[in-house]
Amino acid sequence: MIKSELIDKLSRDNPHLLRRDVEMIVATIFDEIVDTLKRGGRVELRGFGAFSIKHRPARQGRNPRSGETVAVDEKFVPHFKVGKALRERLNADGSQT
Amino acid sequence: MSHKTLTRADLAEAVYKQVGLSRNETADLVESVLETMTDRLVHGETVKISSFGSFVVRHKGGRVGRNPKTGEEVPIEPRRVLVFRPSQIMKDDIDQGIKARGGLSALKTDQAAAE
Repeated sequence: MIKSELIDKLSRDNPHLLRRDVEMIVATIFDEIVDTLKRGGRVELRGFGAFSIKHRPARQGRNPRSGETVAVDEKFVPHFKVGKALRERLNADGSQT
Repeated sequence: MSHKTLTRADLAEAVYKQVGLSRNETADLVESVLETMTDRLVHGETVKISSFGSFVVRHKGGRVGRNPKTGEEVPIEPRRVLVFRPSQIMKDDIDQGIKARGGLSALKTDQAAAE
């Protein structure tokens, strides 16, 4: 499923809403998540999962082709941890395909 | 403050401010978004949100694990795990956003002061 299909499905389930509004709703949700993380915050959607930021310190890397060492700057990366309810649903009996 | 944890209620509030719907309805819509994604994932489908990232279901084979405390061998059943792969856009956005604010420790200190 891609974003436009998610919007299609929500539009079908909510025929009283304009597609434009559904697009706005979906965009707002994902924008808010990124905005919170950018400010160093955490996002916790119980049952679904939690987004947080992890720090990767600066390190000496190596160009695998030439073997020369390169300085890799520190970075801040998003991390998602799946929620308990979703993890259990993924492994519920009969869900294995 | 801006540093607290974002929850469903905050997402519903953000949506409420964007569209002319009731708070109850926006809360339901946030739930529908998560439920629709969950449903697809449980079916083993990948959910790809452009400029955000992809949620991918991976199959893990069974293996023999070990209880690290007792050293005892325990079987680990085959299972499905969900991984999130952030898009390059999201990764750049977050890395730059946090660096522009002086790094996580600067943000954490603010957070501790705010609590």
